[in-house]
Amino acid sequence: MNFSYQVTKEDFSSAGDASSNFKRTLKKIGIPSNIIRKIAIAMYEAEINMVIHADGGVIEAEVLPEQVVVRLIDKGPGIEDIDLAMKEGFSTATDEIRNLGFGAGMGLPNMKRNSDFLKVNSVVGEGTTVEIIVNLV
Amino acid sequence: MINLLVKDLTEKYGFEISAGGSSLNNEIKKAYIGDLLSWVMGRAPEGSAWVTIQGHINVIAVAELINAACIIVCENASFTPDTISKADSEGIPLLKTKLTAYEVAKIFVAENV
Repeated sequence: MNFSYQVTKEDFSSAGDASSNFKRTLKKIGIPSNIIRKIAIAMYEAEINMVIHADGGVIEAEVLPEQVVVRLIDKGPGIEDIDLAMKEGFSTATDEIRNLGFGAGMGLPNMKRNSDFLKVNSVVGEGTTVEIIVNLV
Repeated sequence: MINLLVKDLTEKYGFEISAGGSSLNNEIKKAYIGDLLSWVMGRAPEGSAWVTIQGHINVIAVAELINAACIIVCENASFTPDTISKADSEGIPLLKTKLTAYEVAKIFVAENV
């Protein structure tokens, strides 16, 4: 089963909607709640990153018999140093974003913690693709 | 044993309902205090009453992801209008209190949450 969601730059009013919708879908399908939580947290973090940092993008989610794959493809600006971005506490978010309770530098670490496979490909000036895989068995 | 319900916080402790009045029978299984959304989302137990000072719309998605029993803003912080309307449509109770997070925590301890 395949699902697709659009994410808009700096649209905080609908940030998280894709993750919430996908979470509800997984519940209807009958995926165990502990696995849903992992997927939802990892996807939400990636979705919020797209809203805060990227120029919007698309999320493609796929439910396979043995795993759930979520791919988030944004339109830039890309991550300069992925190793640094993976470090807990590192963030380039503005004070305004931090006042909303984001930008704690936990996004990518939370994605890694809640996924069984995480791959981040980024080209500065072009965009970032995040692939999250959570095993169902 | 019947656990604490969201409506008990309004009836017994005077918390004000801002939204989500259709879900006041939600059971408060746990409680969690925090203002950093990623931190809360990653660590708050399912079914928690979430105590925070954040009242903007993004708390709703986090509350949904952790299946929060309710969101409580303390020290007279407030929810934005878009937060209130989204909480109503998602059925997530939003409560306000003048108490500090520490004082709210003491209620949960007294109620064996």
